[in-house]
Amino acid sequence: MSKSNPNAPKRLALISSKGTLDWAYPPFILASAAGAMGWEVGVFFTFYGLTLLKPELTAAVSPLGNPAMPMKMPFGPEGFQNINWQMPNMLMANVPGFEGLATTLMKQTFQNKGVATIEELRESCLDLDVRLIGCQMTMDVFGFSRKDFIPQAEIGGAATFLEYAADADVQLFI
Amino acid sequence: MEAVEVIKEDQTLDCTGLLCPMPIVKTSKAMKELQAGQVLKLIATDAGSPPDIEAWSRQTGNELLLSTTEGDKFIFFLKKS
Repeated sequence: MSKSNPNAPKRLALISSKGTLDWAYPPFILASAAGAMGWEVGVFFTFYGLTLLKPELTAAVSPLGNPAMPMKMPFGPEGFQNINWQMPNMLMANVPGFEGLATTLMKQTFQNKGVATIEELRESCLDLDVRLIGCQMTMDVFGFSRKDFIPQAEIGGAATFLEYAADADVQLFI
Repeated sequence: MEAVEVIKEDQTLDCTGLLCPMPIVKTSKAMKELQAGQVLKLIATDAGSPPDIEAWSRQTGNELLLSTTEGDKFIFFLKKS
Protein backbone atom coordinates (compact mmCIF):
# COMPACT_ATOMS: atom_id res chain seq x y z
CA MET A 1 0.00 0.00 0.00
CA SER A 2 1.57 3.23 -1.13
CA LYS A 3 -1.01 5.36 0.65
CA SER A 4 0.50 8.17 2.65
CA ASN A 5 -2.44 8.04 5.05
CA PRO A 6 -3.66 4.52 5.88
CA ASN A 7 -6.93 5.87 7.27
CA ALA A 8 -7.84 7.76 4.10
CA PRO A 9 -10.86 6.56 2.15
CA LYS A 10 -10.34 4.60 -1.05
CA ARG A 11 -9.44 6.71 -4.03
CA LEU A 12 -10.29 6.55 -7.74
CA ALA A 13 -8.23 8.43 -10.31
CA LEU A 14 -9.62 8.61 -13.84
CA ILE A 15 -8.39 10.07 -17.08
CA SER A 16 -11.18 11.06 -19.44
CA SER A 17 -9.69 11.52 -22.91
CA LYS A 18 -12.67 11.24 -25.26
CA GLY A 19 -15.42 13.78 -25.78
CA THR A 20 -18.10 11.85 -27.65
CA LEU A 21 -21.42 11.07 -25.97
CA ASP A 22 -20.80 7.33 -25.70
CA TRP A 23 -17.33 7.83 -24.21
CA ALA A 24 -18.56 10.55 -21.85
CA TYR A 25 -20.59 8.01 -19.91
CA PRO A 26 -17.91 5.69 -18.41
CA PRO A 27 -15.95 8.36 -16.50
CA PHE A 28 -19.04 10.08 -15.10
CA ILE A 29 -20.72 6.75 -14.19
CA LEU A 30 -17.62 5.42 -12.43
CA ALA A 31 -16.88 8.74 -10.74
CA SER A 32 -20.41 9.19 -9.38
CA ALA A 33 -20.60 5.53 -8.29
CA ALA A 34 -17.28 5.75 -6.46
CA GLY A 35 -18.32 9.05 -4.88
CA ALA A 36 -21.56 7.41 -3.73
CA MET A 37 -19.48 4.67 -2.08
CA GLY A 38 -17.62 7.25 -0.07
CA TRP A 39 -14.43 7.16 -2.15
CA GLU A 40 -12.34 10.16 -3.04
CA VAL A 41 -12.54 10.70 -6.78
CA GLY A 42 -10.59 12.82 -9.21
CA VAL A 43 -11.14 12.91 -12.97
CA PHE A 44 -8.52 14.44 -15.22
CA PHE A 45 -10.04 15.69 -18.47
CA THR A 46 -7.53 15.80 -21.28
CA PHE A 47 -7.55 16.08 -25.06
CA TYR A 48 -11.11 15.60 -26.38
CA GLY A 49 -12.38 14.79 -22.89
CA LEU A 50 -11.79 18.40 -21.91
CA THR A 51 -15.00 19.54 -23.65
CA LEU A 52 -16.96 17.58 -21.01
CA LEU A 53 -16.15 20.43 -18.62
CA LYS A 54 -17.98 23.04 -20.70
CA PRO A 55 -21.11 24.51 -19.11
CA GLU A 56 -23.25 23.42 -22.06
CA LEU A 57 -22.51 19.84 -22.99
CA THR A 58 -22.55 19.22 -26.71
CA ALA A 59 -21.23 15.65 -26.69
CA ALA A 60 -22.41 13.76 -29.76
CA VAL A 61 -22.09 10.22 -31.03
CA SER A 62 -19.47 9.77 -33.70
CA PRO A 63 -20.07 6.76 -35.91
CA LEU A 64 -16.47 7.10 -37.14
CA GLY A 65 -14.28 4.41 -35.69
CA ASN A 66 -17.24 2.68 -34.06
CA PRO A 67 -17.75 -0.13 -36.57
CA ALA A 68 -19.50 -2.37 -34.03
CA MET A 69 -21.89 0.31 -32.80
CA PRO A 70 -25.42 -1.10 -32.76
CA MET A 71 -28.08 1.35 -33.89
CA LYS A 72 -31.26 1.00 -31.86
CA MET A 73 -34.59 2.64 -32.58
CA PRO A 74 -35.99 4.35 -29.47
CA PHE A 75 -39.60 3.92 -30.59
CA GLY A 76 -41.94 1.26 -31.91
CA PRO A 77 -42.69 -2.26 -30.67
CA GLU A 78 -40.06 -3.99 -28.53
CA GLY A 79 -39.02 -6.37 -31.30
CA PHE A 80 -38.42 -3.42 -33.61
CA GLN A 81 -36.46 -1.57 -30.91
CA ASN A 82 -34.22 -4.57 -30.35
CA ILE A 83 -33.10 -4.84 -33.96
CA ASN A 84 -29.42 -4.09 -34.52
CA TRP A 85 -29.34 -1.88 -37.59
CA GLN A 86 -26.01 -2.73 -39.14
CA MET A 87 -24.92 0.44 -40.83
CA PRO A 88 -21.89 0.28 -43.08
CA ASN A 89 -19.21 2.45 -41.53
CA MET A 90 -18.69 4.30 -44.80
CA LEU A 91 -22.34 5.31 -44.82
CA MET A 92 -22.35 6.38 -41.18
CA ALA A 93 -19.21 8.42 -41.52
CA ASN A 94 -20.10 10.13 -44.79
CA VAL A 95 -23.80 10.87 -44.87
CA PRO A 96 -24.47 14.44 -43.72
CA GLY A 97 -26.67 14.55 -40.65
CA PHE A 98 -25.91 10.98 -39.65
CA GLU A 99 -24.03 12.05 -36.54
CA GLY A 100 -27.05 14.09 -35.42
CA LEU A 101 -29.36 11.15 -36.08
CA ALA A 102 -27.13 8.70 -34.20
CA THR A 103 -26.87 11.14 -31.28
CA THR A 104 -30.64 11.64 -31.10
CA LEU A 105 -31.28 7.89 -31.24
CA MET A 106 -28.78 7.18 -28.47
CA LYS A 107 -30.08 9.95 -26.20
CA GLN A 108 -33.69 8.86 -26.68
CA THR A 109 -32.90 5.18 -26.18
CA PHE A 110 -30.92 5.93 -23.02
CA GLN A 111 -33.76 8.09 -21.68
CA ASN A 112 -36.34 5.38 -22.42
CA LYS A 113 -34.23 2.82 -20.56
CA GLY A 114 -33.74 5.02 -17.49
CA VAL A 115 -30.09 6.02 -17.98
CA ALA A 116 -29.25 9.42 -16.54
CA THR A 117 -28.04 12.15 -18.89
CA ILE A 118 -24.41 13.26 -18.88
CA GLU A 119 -25.59 16.54 -17.36
CA GLU A 120 -27.28 14.69 -14.46
CA LEU A 121 -24.26 12.47 -13.88
CA ARG A 122 -21.88 15.44 -13.88
CA GLU A 123 -24.17 17.22 -11.40
CA SER A 124 -24.15 14.09 -9.19
CA CYS A 125 -20.35 14.06 -9.33
CA LEU A 126 -20.24 17.68 -8.16
CA ASP A 127 -22.71 16.89 -5.35
CA LEU A 128 -20.39 14.07 -4.28
CA ASP A 129 -17.31 16.33 -4.23
CA VAL A 130 -15.66 14.61 -7.18
CA ARG A 131 -12.67 16.68 -8.31
CA LEU A 132 -12.95 17.57 -11.99
CA ILE A 133 -9.56 18.64 -13.30
CA GLY A 134 -9.05 20.19 -16.73
CA CYS A 135 -5.77 19.75 -18.55
CA GLN A 136 -3.92 23.05 -18.95
CA MET A 137 -1.89 21.84 -21.92
CA THR A 138 -5.03 20.83 -23.83
CA MET A 139 -6.57 24.23 -23.06
CA ASP A 140 -3.57 25.93 -24.62
CA VAL A 141 -3.49 23.62 -27.66
CA PHE A 142 -7.18 23.98 -28.47
CA GLY A 143 -7.40 27.65 -27.55
CA PHE A 144 -9.64 27.35 -24.50
CA SER A 145 -9.46 29.59 -21.47
CA ARG A 146 -10.56 29.08 -17.87
CA LYS A 147 -13.87 30.86 -18.44
CA ASP A 148 -14.89 28.28 -21.07
CA PHE A 149 -15.40 25.70 -18.31
CA ILE A 150 -17.67 25.22 -15.32
CA PRO A 151 -16.46 27.17 -12.28
CA GLN A 152 -16.13 23.99 -10.17
CA ALA A 153 -13.42 22.63 -12.48
CA GLU A 154 -9.82 22.78 -11.34
CA ILE A 155 -7.00 23.24 -13.79
CA GLY A 156 -3.83 21.22 -13.67
CA GLY A 157 -1.22 19.28 -15.57
CA ALA A 158 0.29 15.82 -15.73
CA ALA A 159 2.10 16.21 -12.40
CA THR A 160 -1.17 17.18 -10.69
CA PHE A 161 -2.81 14.00 -11.93
CA LEU A 162 0.15 11.73 -11.24
CA GLU A 163 0.51 12.94 -7.66
CA TYR A 164 -3.20 12.29 -7.11
CA ALA A 165 -3.07 8.92 -8.90
CA ALA A 166 -0.01 7.75 -6.97
CA ASP A 167 -2.13 7.56 -3.83
CA ALA A 168 -5.16 6.05 -5.61
CA ASP A 169 -6.43 2.50 -5.25
CA VAL A 170 -7.89 2.44 -8.76
CA GLN A 171 -6.55 4.29 -11.79
CA LEU A 172 -8.19 4.07 -15.20
CA PHE A 173 -7.56 5.68 -18.56
CA ILE A 174 -10.76 6.14 -20.54
CA MET B 1 -41.99 -12.46 3.93
CA GLU B 2 -42.04 -12.39 7.72
CA ALA B 3 -38.66 -10.71 7.85
CA VAL B 4 -39.95 -7.88 5.67
CA GLU B 5 -42.69 -7.18 8.16
CA VAL B 6 -40.31 -7.14 11.10
CA ILE B 7 -37.93 -4.50 9.68
CA LYS B 8 -39.36 -1.01 9.97
CA GLU B 9 -38.03 1.60 7.60
CA ASP B 10 -37.59 5.25 8.57
CA GLN B 11 -37.40 6.44 4.98
CA THR B 12 -38.29 4.99 1.57
CA LEU B 13 -36.45 5.66 -1.68
CA ASP B 14 -38.06 4.61 -4.95
CA CYS B 15 -35.57 4.13 -7.79
CA THR B 16 -38.03 2.35 -10.07
CA GLY B 17 -37.00 2.72 -13.71
CA LEU B 18 -33.50 4.05 -12.96
CA LEU B 19 -30.39 2.33 -14.24
CA CYS B 20 -26.80 2.25 -12.92
CA PRO B 21 -25.37 4.28 -11.24
CA MET B 22 -28.42 6.29 -10.13
CA PRO B 23 -29.75 3.80 -7.51
CA ILE B 24 -26.52 3.96 -5.50
CA VAL B 25 -26.06 7.70 -6.12
CA LYS B 26 -29.56 8.37 -4.78
CA THR B 27 -29.10 5.85 -1.96
CA SER B 28 -25.93 7.58 -0.86
CA LYS B 29 -27.74 10.93 -0.83
CA ALA B 30 -30.75 9.54 1.06
CA MET B 31 -28.56 7.87 3.69
CA LYS B 32 -26.87 11.18 4.46
CA GLU B 33 -30.26 12.47 5.64
CA LEU B 34 -30.67 9.62 8.14
CA GLN B 35 -29.37 9.27 11.70
CA ALA B 36 -27.18 6.34 12.74
CA GLY B 37 -29.32 3.23 13.27
CA GLN B 38 -32.16 4.42 11.03
CA VAL B 39 -33.26 2.23 8.13
CA LEU B 40 -33.75 3.10 4.47
CA LYS B 41 -36.04 1.00 2.30
CA LEU B 42 -34.86 1.08 -1.30
CA ILE B 43 -37.03 -0.03 -4.20
CA ALA B 44 -35.27 -0.62 -7.54
CA THR B 45 -35.94 -2.31 -10.86
CA ASP B 46 -32.36 -2.26 -12.19
CA ALA B 47 -31.37 -5.93 -12.51
CA GLY B 48 -27.81 -4.94 -11.59
CA SER B 49 -28.88 -3.44 -8.29
CA PRO B 50 -28.59 -6.54 -6.03
CA PRO B 51 -24.82 -6.95 -6.53
CA ASP B 52 -24.35 -3.17 -6.66
CA ILE B 53 -26.20 -2.50 -3.42
CA GLU B 54 -24.26 -5.32 -1.74
CA ALA B 55 -20.99 -3.75 -2.92
CA TRP B 56 -22.15 -0.30 -1.84
CA SER B 57 -23.01 -1.70 1.59
CA ARG B 58 -19.59 -3.34 1.97
CA GLN B 59 -17.75 -0.23 0.80
CA THR B 60 -19.63 2.24 2.99
CA GLY B 61 -20.15 0.04 6.06
CA ASN B 62 -23.91 0.64 6.05
CA GLU B 63 -25.44 -2.76 6.80
CA LEU B 64 -27.70 -4.44 4.26
CA LEU B 65 -30.33 -5.94 6.56
CA LEU B 66 -32.35 -7.60 3.83
CA SER B 67 -32.32 -7.98 0.07
CA THR B 68 -35.50 -9.40 -1.42
CA THR B 69 -37.90 -9.14 -4.34
CA GLU B 70 -41.55 -8.18 -4.70
CA GLY B 71 -42.80 -9.07 -8.15
CA ASP B 72 -40.40 -7.43 -10.59
CA LYS B 73 -39.00 -5.06 -7.95
CA PHE B 74 -35.89 -5.45 -5.84
CA ILE B 75 -36.29 -4.35 -2.22
CA PHE B 76 -33.41 -3.52 0.09
CA PHE B 77 -33.31 -2.49 3.73
CA LEU B 78 -30.16 -0.58 4.61
CA LYS B 79 -29.20 0.45 8.12
CA LYS B 80 -27.16 3.61 8.55
CA SER B 81 -23.91 2.90 10.42
